Amino acid sequence: MKVVAVSLRALALGLALVATSASAEKVLRFIPQADLRILDPITTTAYITRNHAYMVYDTLFATDAKFQVQPQMVDKWDLSKDKLTYTFTLRDGLKFHDGQPVRSADCIASIERWSKRDSLGQKLAQSTEAWTAVNDKTFKLKLKKPFPLTLGALGKLSSNVPFIMPERVAKTDAFKNITADDTIGSGPFKFVKEEWVPGSKVVYVKNTDYVPRKEAPSWAAGGKVVKVDRVEWIYIPDSATAAAALNAGEADWWEQLPPDLIPLLKKNKDVRVENIDPLGSLSVMRFNFLQPPFNNQKLREALLYVVNQKDYVLGIAGDEKNGHPCYSYYTCGTPLSTEVGAEPLKGKRDFDKAKKLIQESGYKGEKIVIISATDQPIVHAQSLITTELLRKLGLNVELQAGDWGTLITRRTSKEPVEKGGWSIFHTWLVGPDMISPGINMGLVSLGEKSWFGWPSDPKLEELREAWFETSDAAASKKAAEAVQLEAFKYVPFIPTAQFILPTAYRSNLSGVIIAPVTFLWNVDKK
Amino acid sequence: MIVYILRRLGATLIVMAVVALFVFSLLFLTPGDPAAVIAGDVATPDDIQQIREKLGLNKPFLVQFGGWVVRLLHGDLGTSIFTNLPVTKLIAQRVQPTLSLTLLTLFVAVLVAVPIGVIAAAKAGTWTDRSVMGFSVLAFSIPVFVLAYVLISIFSIHLEWLPVQGYRQFGDGLWPWLSHLILPSIALGTVYTALIARITRAAMLDVLAQDYIRTANAKGLAPRAVLTRHALKNAGVPIITVIGIGVALLISGAIVTETVFAIPGIGRLTVDAILRRDYPIIQGVILLFSGIYVLINLLVDLSYRLFDPRIRY
Repeated sequence: MKVVAVSLRALALGLALVATSASAEKVLRFIPQADLRILDPITTTAYITRNHAYMVYDTLFATDAKFQVQPQMVDKWDLSKDKLTYTFTLRDGLKFHDGQPVRSADCIASIERWSKRDSLGQKLAQSTEAWTAVNDKTFKLKLKKPFPLTLGALGKLSSNVPFIMPERVAKTDAFKNITADDTIGSGPFKFVKEEWVPGSKVVYVKNTDYVPRKEAPSWAAGGKVVKVDRVEWIYIPDSATAAAALNAGEADWWEQLPPDLIPLLKKNKDVRVENIDPLGSLSVMRFNFLQPPFNNQKLREALLYVVNQKDYVLGIAGDEKNGHPCYSYYTCGTPLSTEVGAEPLKGKRDFDKAKKLIQESGYKGEKIVIISATDQPIVHAQSLITTELLRKLGLNVELQAGDWGTLITRRTSKEPVEKGGWSIFHTWLVGPDMISPGINMGLVSLGEKSWFGWPSDPKLEELREAWFETSDAAASKKAAEAVQLEAFKYVPFIPTAQFILPTAYRSNLSGVIIAPVTFLWNVDKK
Repeated sequence: MIVYILRRLGATLIVMAVVALFVFSLLFLTPGDPAAVIAGDVATPDDIQQIREKLGLNKPFLVQFGGWVVRLLHGDLGTSIFTNLPVTKLIAQRVQPTLSLTLLTLFVAVLVAVPIGVIAAAKAGTWTDRSVMGFSVLAFSIPVFVLAYVLISIFSIHLEWLPVQGYRQFGDGLWPWLSHLILPSIALGTVYTALIARITRAAMLDVLAQDYIRTANAKGLAPRAVLTRHALKNAGVPIITVIGIGVALLISGAIVTETVFAIPGIGRLTVDAILRRDYPIIQGVILLFSGIYVLINLLVDLSYRLFDPRIRY
């Protein structure tokens, strides 16, 4: 046995030496949170595609750790006195991966495509009169009316991010995916299409032509200095295998680990388990407003009195250290988060009050169907807790679990539960996607034009519109509070927890950026 | 014989046509919408509807099926809805890992299972026989993924002899290729080995009880010659049959094995495609699997003649 072991090790060492001498490049092996299936960050809101896009593309503006919007590809910008005309000038040396310079026309086409899909982009488009190129490096945005969130929209941190693509690519229909051949950005990494094996591997190499900003990196802003030659995303679908690969040094970094594997990885002194996401994610319980019984406000309100966020934190994150309650419709820890109106969700859990509200709602025992996805632990943990909660309240509840693909299709159904409809689904969003009334999709209450569940509350919409008009921090906060006050009355959804999925990386890595999105620039490997 | 082969190949085409229709209908009826998956969690219903229209997913069944068949007849399996890559390219990317894994597993399993089955039959009722039977019961009882984790824990984590996961192309060198396949092959092949060993033992016991074996023994033929030349050859038909059937077992087992060991094979391609409702890939892969399965059955049937000259086609 020993002889075999020694021989195998010698062979492996020999081969490793050959491999090392053949290639001295620094390779960062990264296990991403999901498989990269779609390369187009505009057609999908999937976070894995957003992360891929941050590797390949750059943005005009970017949000930093102080929630301030900073120029990124833009060198200088100004706003006219009437607040109707923005003028942007691009930095020197910006080049796409095919060697072509980044021009104003590329930026305008990219922003116009993004505006067709992103909710904040659509708002900007509604206020836009025209985008015009002054020359190859300068372009103007002429507004019909002042839009105080213009820079915030252009520097949006999470999906959909207005990434800049070559004009010919950005002319692609906003509902059609761009191809691997067209994945050409001006970002710090180049996508190697020949080595892309969907479901297994994505390869990026350092963009040696990239000119980083001089400032220190801060979230998506600042200098994007690449310190490795090559990044390999190795998708490992099985968590136990991913943990083993990290422990054995076959991978350098595992982006998101499930709570049950944290103790195992913490035992390895060569692995660091850390929280690098300052905002975490927020889980939500969403109702179907078109069908009984949750088309009844009193019944939705009743649930506010019994949802115990601590239960959801434990169910999702496995440990109180990996999450906390967040009694706000905006990500806790961000400027607009507030507990105004949150008493029903925050106070002592009151089943008597909830039962009284159920009685007042006129609930007649209609079947409540909770749809869930067993392949999404965060979704399923919430579904199980909510099912028990509703049973405890004496409601007629049924949990119908399938896979995520089935859930997101079924939730499009507006039919009654007897005809394949649904009453409640759960999901989760990253912190940056819930920081304001403008970005938080769950607050949109435009009936059938809203996110699934289709809430309709003209008052909430009026208050959201008023928030868009605010131009300073104090007014923005006040308007956001008014939105939340109405939200806790109307209950478009219930925030169930704020949680963190830690990351784990080998201790020979340094420069990992603390941010709500995983960025791979600035990371060095010794 | 040639007429028989041609007839069987003709039947294969009919089988595959039926499979194609069945698969397409099944996918059409199955809940799930690739447009919803593409759009992402926070897309609006309008977004999904527009994507569905662009992809042609809202066209009637017959229009979609007709288009698919026409493309298929031109050798085009379509394009992945998600990656925009041709299905043929995606399958081609995955063929080598799956082929390597299944062939190595098959080779090792047959190499181990047939001799131990023969030995167990020759020493029926002894401790050797009981040990072989005990092994096969144990091997049947351990799920592939459990065995895989145990193997990773021992050979990759503690002993550090073999890699945890991944696949290297054969072109990268024999050892890198082989080292990534040893553990997956053991995990996948153990059940298969147990199955072949049991069938071999049963078939051998049946043959060893025949008069001509007693005659061969009475004539003073060496026991090894009796076992290999007379008994094993006549026990070959059921063994070959079970090896053929086992290929289907290997294909389904490969899905789990490829997932645990993160091998980018066809099994994982299938599972991923099913989970995200990437219809062109599912259709292409199932057609491929059905074609392979039908051809393996044909080869098994033809191989019967090698073991039993009485069989005529």
